[in-house]
Amino acid sequence: MSSKGTVNVSEKGPTALERFINGVLPENPIYRQLLGMCPTLAVTNAMKPAVTMAAATAFVLICSNIMVSLLRGLLKPHLRILVFTLTIATFVTIADRFLAAYVYEMSKQLGPYVPLIIVNCLIISRAEICASKQHLGVAISDGIGMSFGFGLGLATIATVRELLGSGTWMGLHVMPAGWPNWGIMVLPPGAFITLGLLLAVAEHATRRRAATAIWRTVRMLWSWRH
Amino acid sequence: MTQPTPSKGGYIGQAWLVILLALLYGGGLAGVQNALSGKIEANKKAETYRVIPELVAGGDPDSTDEIVVRGENEKESLVYKVHGRDGSHLGWVLPAAGQGFADRIELLIGLDPGVTTICGMYVLNQKETPGLGDYITSPDFQSRFRDKPAEQPLAVVKNEPAADNEMRALSGATISSESVAGIVNRALANFREPLRSMATEPAAAGQAPRELIE
Repeated sequence: MSSKGTVNVSEKGPTALERFINGVLPENPIYRQLLGMCPTLAVTNAMKPAVTMAAATAFVLICSNIMVSLLRGLLKPHLRILVFTLTIATFVTIADRFLAAYVYEMSKQLGPYVPLIIVNCLIISRAEICASKQHLGVAISDGIGMSFGFGLGLATIATVRELLGSGTWMGLHVMPAGWPNWGIMVLPPGAFITLGLLLAVAEHATRRRAATAIWRTVRMLWSWRH
Repeated sequence: MTQPTPSKGGYIGQAWLVILLALLYGGGLAGVQNALSGKIEANKKAETYRVIPELVAGGDPDSTDEIVVRGENEKESLVYKVHGRDGSHLGWVLPAAGQGFADRIELLIGLDPGVTTICGMYVLNQKETPGLGDYITSPDFQSRFRDKPAEQPLAVVKNEPAADNEMRALSGATISSESVAGIVNRALANFREPLRSMATEPAAAGQAPRELIE
């Protein structure tokens, strides 16, 4: 039984550079693909946990892409998901142990969200879409691009939430003194509100149609507050 | 049943990669755990020392002794013997662990010298459901264990506690609450008598029977 033919090992597809660029903006995991919503909503109440989560996810994603790309010729179609999951779970456990050893407080703050990286669809989707079909170089570049995109998404949401909710950024006070912290922004509803508004902004960047709607909402909120 | 045929490869032929990877990854993880467990344990110990004053009122982390105690189930465990600044024996911090709803829960239980009362409880490590079970780490839940009797097992109830040994569960996280209470009960059952016997020795020398402290 030949390994070729069992899995579609076509080496055609986007180049390494295309994969990288796509990951950052055109196919941004959060704003364009809406993947990994659990960490996106859960750990973005401040920058530090968001950056830690982005780094841990980047490590797992890049390592899993490397392993899957190296093994792609050996994969059996009906066992491939098993191999992906096994690979991802291994690297997540390694990341979890490293966080507990070197950034203990942050590891406690993230709690179960680090082991939950295992079920982040972003990682298994990259294994399926890119790494199991393309060369090592393309897979690495794809992993880096998607990690950048994911980190960018988490960082933008966390920036908005931490600035408005705590008046700080990365723990440093940046908002003017007397800023009334919007408590709701660091709570779960703040995550949904921020994600929704930022998604609208991302849509606006590609579809100008949304512009008038957002402008009308902002004006309405403004007039309601004053 | 059927002989593996070379053409299809049989079970091993199909699954060899999965089996090989499982072994390799398992070995790798064992190596990572081996390399990092010392550092992780040191982090936990540092946190334990930080919360000693919360668990045993007046306890001084600098004059706390680590002793190995053999429990009733013949298993040995590290127990922190907490002293005050003046050197008087104020109580114990007993580490305990067990299965929670999602993963292992690790606790620290603060006890008075005679092991009659629970003076504090602290969740050291947990991976319970976010938003429900992870409230076991909240000061509110942890304070529900304070001043509970250590003589009889704790019972978890869903309403306001009526008896001394009853404590209220977290709503929406009954299993997590019961797990924590169960870990406390098991630890007490195993270490109540051994700790008592160790407490009386220095107390007898200093002529400070625990009845007077109460």
